[in-house]
Amino acid sequence: MASALFFYLFSVLAVASGASVILTKNPVHAVLFLILAFFNAAGLFVLLNAEFLAMLLVIVYVGAVSVLFLFVVMMLDVDFAELKAGFIKNAKIGALIGGLVLVELLALVGYKGLAVSPVMSPSSPVPAADSGITNTRALGEILYTKYVYYFEGAGLILLVAMIGAIVLTLKHRKGVKRQSISAQVARGPATGLEVVKVPSGGSVIPPPAKHPEAAE
Amino acid sequence: MTIGLGHYLVVAACLFTLGIFGIFLNRKNVIVILLSIELMLLAVNINLVAFSHFNGDLVGQIFALFVLTVAAAESAIGLAIMVVYFRNRGSIAVEDINMMKG
Repeated sequence: MASALFFYLFSVLAVASGASVILTKNPVHAVLFLILAFFNAAGLFVLLNAEFLAMLLVIVYVGAVSVLFLFVVMMLDVDFAELKAGFIKNAKIGALIGGLVLVELLALVGYKGLAVSPVMSPSSPVPAADSGITNTRALGEILYTKYVYYFEGAGLILLVAMIGAIVLTLKHRKGVKRQSISAQVARGPATGLEVVKVPSGGSVIPPPAKHPEAAE
Repeated sequence: MTIGLGHYLVVAACLFTLGIFGIFLNRKNVIVILLSIELMLLAVNINLVAFSHFNGDLVGQIFALFVLTVAAAESAIGLAIMVVYFRNRGSIAVEDINMMKG
């Protein structure tokens, strides 16, 4: 009974905040509503005994991805009211297609002939509740053995995404004094030392120092 | 009043439809389009975990894990492209993105 109550609480809040994500005018509010939707989905995952994925959703999505969205939304100086033009015109066709998809999906769910029968011999069965094996451990035991190559592939995807994001957004600004390690290492007596012959009674004004930046 | 597989599928279908609707509704705003894609991927994950629970098979959760990974990579790259585009053009309106005549 309590779990049914929590299911309706989480699912109503998730759908309501999902609707707010697309309807709200301010993108910062949209990202905050997305965070609320992720929290409620994490609650649904806990009800489904998928505790590890629920925590992953909170930590990775709310903690990293949504904060990244917030950073970008607040960094860009965009007139968002202008982007809202044509809202009503797009709403009609959007409602048409979205409604069609919803009706199709709900018809599929309600169709009795599609009733899902439990798999008789699942390849990786969920451990029994009284076996003492937690969800995290059970996931790890098959993720690092059976699916280790897919796991490595996921790591590779994240590495490529990281390098791609850095390469895309890296900008070399002119006129910034930056450390040049190769120039520092290559410096020797020949380039670092200069013997100046000062005439007696006279003076020498040193030439201005040359920086590699100035040549650019 | 037991909560079955159908209940979870209905919630996921609603979230997925909201994602599709959001893409049509905010056709000019790249940020909200990215948020809508995140909503759709979340709906897919709810489906996968629900099937995993009611079938008693952990593979669904493993697959949801990989969907999460790909979604994180996708949003990182998407936001990076958007930042670079904004730096070059000073706008993120979708209809301004026509340099490749696609």
